Amino acid sequence: MLYREAGQYKTSYAEDQQIFPIRQDRIAVALIVAVALVAVPLLASDYLYTAILIPFLILSLAAIGLNILVGYCGQISLGTGGFMAVGAYAAYNLCLRIEWLPLPIAILLAGLIAALAGILFGIPSLRIKGFYLAVATLAAQFFIDWLFARIGWFTNYTPSGSIVAPQLNVFGWIVDTPMEKYLFTLIVVALFALVAKNLVRGRIGRTWMAIRDMDIAAEIIGIRPLTAKLSAFAVSSFFVGVAGALWGFVHLGSWEPLAFGINRSFQLLFMIIIGGLGSILGCFLGAAFIMIVPLVLNQVPTALGIPLSTASISHMEAMIFGVMIVFFLIVEPHGFARLWSLAKEKLRIWPFPH
Amino acid sequence: MSARRRPIGDTLLVVDGVSLSFGGVKALTDVSFDIREHEILAIIGPNGAGKSSMLNCINGFYHPSAGAITFRGVKRAQMRPHEAAMQGIARTFQNIALFKGMSTLDNIMTGRLLKMKVGLAGQAVHLGPARAEELAHRAFCERIIDFLEIQAVRKTPVGRLPYGLQKRVELGRALAAEPTLLLLDEPMAGMNLEEKQDMCRFILDVNDEFGTTICLIEHDMGVVMDISDRVVVLEYGRKIAEGTPDVVRANQAVIDAYLGVAH
Amino acid sequence: MPEFLGPFLEVLIGGLLAGILYSLVALGFVLIFKASGVFNFAQGAMVLFAALALVRSIEVLQSWGVNAGLAIVIGFLFSGALMVALAFAVERMVLRPLVNQEGIILFMATIGITFFIDGFGQQIFGSDAYQLDIGIPKESIFLLEGVFEGGILVNELDLWAGATAGLLVLGLALFFQKTRIGRALRAVADDHQAAQSVGIPLNHIWVIVWAVAGIVALVAGTIWGSKLGVQFSIAQIALKALPVLILGGFTSVPGAIIGGLIIGAGEKLAEVYIGLPYFDGGIENWFAYMLALVFLLIRPQGLFGERIIERI
Repeated sequence: MLYREAGQYKTSYAEDQQIFPIRQDRIAVALIVAVALVAVPLLASDYLYTAILIPFLILSLAAIGLNILVGYCGQISLGTGGFMAVGAYAAYNLCLRIEWLPLPIAILLAGLIAALAGILFGIPSLRIKGFYLAVATLAAQFFIDWLFARIGWFTNYTPSGSIVAPQLNVFGWIVDTPMEKYLFTLIVVALFALVAKNLVRGRIGRTWMAIRDMDIAAEIIGIRPLTAKLSAFAVSSFFVGVAGALWGFVHLGSWEPLAFGINRSFQLLFMIIIGGLGSILGCFLGAAFIMIVPLVLNQVPTALGIPLSTASISHMEAMIFGVMIVFFLIVEPHGFARLWSLAKEKLRIWPFPH
Repeated sequence: MSARRRPIGDTLLVVDGVSLSFGGVKALTDVSFDIREHEILAIIGPNGAGKSSMLNCINGFYHPSAGAITFRGVKRAQMRPHEAAMQGIARTFQNIALFKGMSTLDNIMTGRLLKMKVGLAGQAVHLGPARAEELAHRAFCERIIDFLEIQAVRKTPVGRLPYGLQKRVELGRALAAEPTLLLLDEPMAGMNLEEKQDMCRFILDVNDEFGTTICLIEHDMGVVMDISDRVVVLEYGRKIAEGTPDVVRANQAVIDAYLGVAH
Repeated sequence: MPEFLGPFLEVLIGGLLAGILYSLVALGFVLIFKASGVFNFAQGAMVLFAALALVRSIEVLQSWGVNAGLAIVIGFLFSGALMVALAFAVERMVLRPLVNQEGIILFMATIGITFFIDGFGQQIFGSDAYQLDIGIPKESIFLLEGVFEGGILVNELDLWAGATAGLLVLGLALFFQKTRIGRALRAVADDHQAAQSVGIPLNHIWVIVWAVAGIVALVAGTIWGSKLGVQFSIAQIALKALPVLILGGFTSVPGAIIGGLIIGAGEKLAEVYIGLPYFDGGIENWFAYMLALVFLLIRPQGLFGERIIERI
């Protein structure tokens, strides 16, 4: 089937404003959903779930959160790992201290607590921009790292500071096997991705983008920088906090202090740069790329008969990510997502480009 | 000038003794004039006369060091630009200030932001009220797009548009806010004759159809004399003349300061 | 003399001397920011890279039987050359293609450079902790023994670090003020396009300034490596230079020094008088950032930075 929009006329603005206005896209998305919901559970192994799919989905969600802030609102953050930690520890403490609280509600509340933390550390963005703000968000990262490592209350005074997440009880559905965990994560992430898409294509999304593109002009057309920036910090941190709670509860199960260190922040930043700043699709593409590179480095040299040491793999990883970041910033600052849409544009007029 | 649908009415905005200085440099000194409902007022003057600074004071971007501005009978001391926008003042800029990463349509939709009310949760779900609101405003913006004849570039990121079209999109964004007072900072700078004629037509149509009061800065004397009802002349931050185009044209100080040199 | 004054001074002086190390890293940032408007996140990674190159080349040379003194000299030349080569590579492959991009894009590109250098350096030179000994004395000495009981404990190495930083600043000041290249650098810092239009080749300037920053990183790496050993954590401690910059302003050499002293002293005092007694310690991990954050809210342009008037 060719990728064409010829013959698909839009007769109302409503039709034109769908997320996927072109029929072929809708079919493709339906296919992906079908594969994710039906084919994967039929075929996948536990390894695939726990080592690849679940972390991929959760990190995609965190990347969406970060992209809202960086890609849509233009406020750089190096503290994403810290806000994930807030989500994870908040969910843990909510479950621990309020026993009757259903888990999904606890996760949402944890997201809200992360949002509050985001607002708090977003306040400096009202006065500072760019790299000044980056340093301010580093303050958040290091402070939060310290808070959860050193203040015993947050870890319920466990001697080692490590935390074991409670059983995952989603309104009576005990999420236990890797497949169930995968499905639960998939549903949550899909819903949140939809919410994110709705937000960025509506009023609030335009407010953020206006601030990103030219904050002075945005103020002159009536946008309050205070509400625009802080709402971006809040929504972003909410997503990141939920992702953090999922990371702790679903993926890790139990975690040590510093499981959400600054390297996590950088990893997420790389995902959105490589995937595409200002694109929800790009978050998934970037997360997939970041997940796949270490796997390839693990498997391919071994298959070729030149196995790399673990240290070498992590060094190569760092080098590849570094090069990719610079490469994308030079060639295509909108990342894989933009390459993808360019490909689609070419495909539309193929084979007669003129 | 042809008879207009809405006669010039009462005073809309009063600039009273406004002075502005940056460090030691005086950009404006004791400038007073008023803008009346439904009129087109032009501010002219040589480069560096303080014209843009005057507009920046009116829409709250700069705060006058002395004097006061009264809009619709409300006198204000310090006001942030977004507050001016909420009161119904919209503007365009000398160096285009569009949101370059967004499409033409999205840029114009940002002009409607103040009129959209659905909350965050509603937008997240994007059903019912949020959707209805979005569509209603889309319809309004499409009317502006039709009016400015930019249908073909509706979905193009504005960063890729040629200069003349960007100027139109910027006007469209200001119009989308349905302003009471529209400030235009050199709307025709850098345009060729044909583009200028189009822009003049848009300005006159806006004034005539919506009754929008317009205050514009322009260098092209032909344009100024043709479309404005009254003219204020600034030089070195001071007002040196004010009146109808004919009166200003005949004013000796103006001829010396400006027209005499330019023509 | 009140009794608390001795320990207080000891903490204060220890902090000030540690702050000099931050200043050394911050200096590299300031140089690059002044000349190219690039906020070089990779400065910390460059410190680690230079230190690794130095310590490993000395090790290898000594294993070949080269005597210690000569090995150190060759090691310095080698790592210095490596930093210059790095400057060339960065200019050619990152800065030139990204010229005229927004600052934030360049900033993110330097995060990419950071990761590349971290991975590359450790891949080539190894990722263990190495002892660096180039003959700087590390004895503890006691000052003012007559005034305070037991005197004030100071490490000689720290004094050397202070002296080196002083010399470096003096050298850089002379370089900026007196040499032709220095004047060109100042012109570029003022206005890229104007400098280009009077015939200053921008690309050369960038290579020079990155090379100078690389040498500064080598000096910082040498001192840090002597004090703490050469290991990966250097790159992260070097991030403390960021709050130093915020305090001192991005464009001010004296600001980098004074900012470093304030941060160094502030975080040590906070750790000893607030962190340890009231919390479980460790607040020096974030105290500097918080101090900078609070400071930003009061004075966004830093102690010595210039205020920018926004225009439209």
